[in-house]
Amino acid sequence: MSLLQVNKVEKSFETANGKVKALKQIQLDVEKGEFITVIGPSGCGKSTLLKIVAGLDTAHEGSVLLDNRKVTGPSIEKGFIFQEPRLFPWLTVEKNIAANLPVKNKETKESVKQLIELVRLKGFENAFPKELSGGMAQRVAIARALLRNPKVLLLDEPFGALDAFTRSHMQEVLLDIWQKNRTTMLFVTHDIDEAIYLATRVVIMNPRPGTIREVIPVDLPYPRKKTDASFQEIRQRVLSEFEKVEEHQAAAI
Amino acid sequence: MSNQTGVLTRSGVERTPSVKETPVKRNRKKLPLINWMRGLALPVLVVLIWEAAGAYGLISATLLPRPSEILVAFKDLIVSGELYAHFKISLFRAILGFLLGGGLGLLAGLAVGFSSKTEQTFDPTLQMMRTIPSLAVIPLFILWFGFGELSKILLISKAAFFPLYVNAFLGIRGVDSKLFDVAKVLEFSKWKQITTLILPAALPNILLGLRLSLGAAWLALVAAELMGSSEGIGYLIMDARQFSQTSIVFVGIIIFAVFGKASDSLVRFFEKRLLKWRDSFIG
Repeated sequence: MSLLQVNKVEKSFETANGKVKALKQIQLDVEKGEFITVIGPSGCGKSTLLKIVAGLDTAHEGSVLLDNRKVTGPSIEKGFIFQEPRLFPWLTVEKNIAANLPVKNKETKESVKQLIELVRLKGFENAFPKELSGGMAQRVAIARALLRNPKVLLLDEPFGALDAFTRSHMQEVLLDIWQKNRTTMLFVTHDIDEAIYLATRVVIMNPRPGTIREVIPVDLPYPRKKTDASFQEIRQRVLSEFEKVEEHQAAAI
Repeated sequence: MSNQTGVLTRSGVERTPSVKETPVKRNRKKLPLINWMRGLALPVLVVLIWEAAGAYGLISATLLPRPSEILVAFKDLIVSGELYAHFKISLFRAILGFLLGGGLGLLAGLAVGFSSKTEQTFDPTLQMMRTIPSLAVIPLFILWFGFGELSKILLISKAAFFPLYVNAFLGIRGVDSKLFDVAKVLEFSKWKQITTLILPAALPNILLGLRLSLGAAWLALVAAELMGSSEGIGYLIMDARQFSQTSIVFVGIIIFAVFGKASDSLVRFFEKRLLKWRDSFIG
């Protein structure tokens, strides 16, 4: 049994011009320990899909099963990283990670300490969010989700607002976390290089209505190099799929 | 797909590159003495001109006594123990009225802020009462509660109630809804949601309400003491006016000014300590 099963998920929005189908017949199985990236043009429903998996959006058809249990609402089993860090500005880094858990508790304190080291923020335990750069703040958000030992970590374009340097550093950090903790990842992005660099499988989506067009396995060993021929080969494949997406879009219009 | 880099970057979202790996502290320049002196310069200048004008007989001593005369009156009042007695009762009224009105205002603001049903039930009535001027209800308060302490303290309470009510309400409703999503994902209990999310987020507004309430209590104190009393700083002023002891009037005014500022500074002190997480413009 797969860890995460997305079964025939459909979602429509009511707009002024009637019903718009955002997701149609989404079928996806994710195995434990996989790193899945979901990529597609804006408006293809990839963020909506992630919200449904998280349980933040329950008004949909079909079902999502995590460990064979139906997802009915948000929980710590499904860690969620938003596009922005969304830290509590009045709490220090350490307390932001602990959030609703007592930081005085020895076990919690120890785990928080380890996570701070994992996300490379040692020395910033007592800094406030205003003192952090965008990338550092997002790392705090990742540590906050990891402290709850999620079965799956859902990331909604988490590095979208970061510059290229910070972004590739964050990709390293995330891969490092994935390799050390073996946390299952479902990562939504609009960056093709990022999608291939991170994933064990890349899911390409079509817009209007959002459907899964293609799932491309990436069998390259880590650490990957974006300049390698094998990397470029997969990139070409993804790009050609995207060309088809564009044709599909043009045909729809 | 024409984008060859494959990076669909969004423009103008990120701030600075990642090299910024040390905590940036944006403290006000630490020159407290100079800042102090900047604040003192204007009053000192005015006092000097005032003293000189009085000494040369340019202004009448009954209308505007010299600062030195006011100082003498001040000293006399302290030595006789009169000032302390008046001040004590004024402070007692202000604190009691503030605690009663401000406390109820805070509770009402929180209650209305947390539930839209409570808001619909109470807010229209309270907003109506808010607009009634304190001076207009003085006759009623005297009629109902007499000339004693009760009517004075209730008048001060009424004034202190609304700033805290309005700001506590505003603070709670101003909490970023995005953080509620975080609280949901992290499975916050209702209690944790209040203590780690809503109250800290509303704290800047609550503290502002506290400052405004203190100011309002202080103003209402004067109104309450002028409306008829036999002790208190307000009475001291009224009494001195009748005997044309202008320097004592000034002493009373100065006391109000100094303690008004002192109470405000006290809240600002706590504000600085409690809100050091805020990232705002410091001028």
